Amino acid sequence: MGSALVLMGCAIGAGLALIAGIGPGIGEGYIAGKTVEAIARQPEMKGSLTSTMLLGVACAETTGIYGFVMGLLLVFVAPGIFLGML
Amino acid sequence: MNVDIHGTPIYFVIDFLDGIPITETLVVTWVIMALLTGVSIWLTRGLKVWNISKKQAVAEKIVLLAENFVVSNMGEKFRRYIPFVTAIFALSVFSSLSSLVGVFPPTGTLSTELAWAVVVFILITYTKLKTNGLGGYLKGFCDPIFLMAPFNVLGEVFTPVSMAFRHFGNIASGVVISTLVYAALLVANQALFGWLPGALGEVLSAIPILDVGVPAVISLYFDWFSSFMQAFIFCMLTMMFISSAAE
Repeated sequence: MGSALVLMGCAIGAGLALIAGIGPGIGEGYIAGKTVEAIARQPEMKGSLTSTMLLGVACAETTGIYGFVMGLLLVFVAPGIFLGML
Repeated sequence: MNVDIHGTPIYFVIDFLDGIPITETLVVTWVIMALLTGVSIWLTRGLKVWNISKKQAVAEKIVLLAENFVVSNMGEKFRRYIPFVTAIFALSVFSSLSSLVGVFPPTGTLSTELAWAVVVFILITYTKLKTNGLGGYLKGFCDPIFLMAPFNVLGEVFTPVSMAFRHFGNIASGVVISTLVYAALLVANQALFGWLPGALGEVLSAIPILDVGVPAVISLYFDWFSSFMQAFIFCMLTMMFISSAAE
């Protein structure tokens, strides 16, 4: 019973942690859209705009990656630790 | 149906202190480092000024690309970081691409990126100390007011941590998702051809027909695009943090 509860909690927690993917998705779409606008206005700046966009996308992605790492930890590491405690 | 998602396999453990595990990450990283060093030595042997060989043309092209990449992002006075940034870029790209030959990519282990990030963190702190001196460095933590000091310390510490996690997360998610897709296609294959009557269905469902070709599309994104992308971003961030530390 106890171990079932632990596994259930870990699985639900991992699912909840991946909600963090919504924010970066919206943010990255916004960055890409704005870059397209900027390139449409100044096509000669395409090179530097693209590398700036990639950097911005990478920074926006960070919170999503944190969520993913938490999910990985909850699925692969946490059950072992908590079951060992029981 | 068992799906086996695992970290880097441990080959054996050296019985020293608490035991030093020799993992696939360690072995593959050393192989890649040896290969990169060997290729570099081979490319730069017998350099000439006139009438250059094709080998030297390739080497010059690589050096020019690296110089241009670093100088355009950091400025002329950071020329001494060209070898460092290029080395991290090459190691990162080839570590991530090593998943193409079927080994566990070393960048799918957090320790690899954390080690690089610690080096970058030391360089950032060194540059800050050199530019501002110890007093200026400590004063930088109390930037708007001294109450913000804990947050500034946190921000300083989380710079390398977030760099490492970003690279690790992208490569590890690639490993997990491609494993899941392979397994799912296997199940789909069995379900699809299992309906066929008699021996035909049994034979066809035993051969993983769907696993041919389809995962290549995913590999194109997760192995090729992601590898170059993450190496580029890691180097860009390294250069930006170091050059902004000198202000």
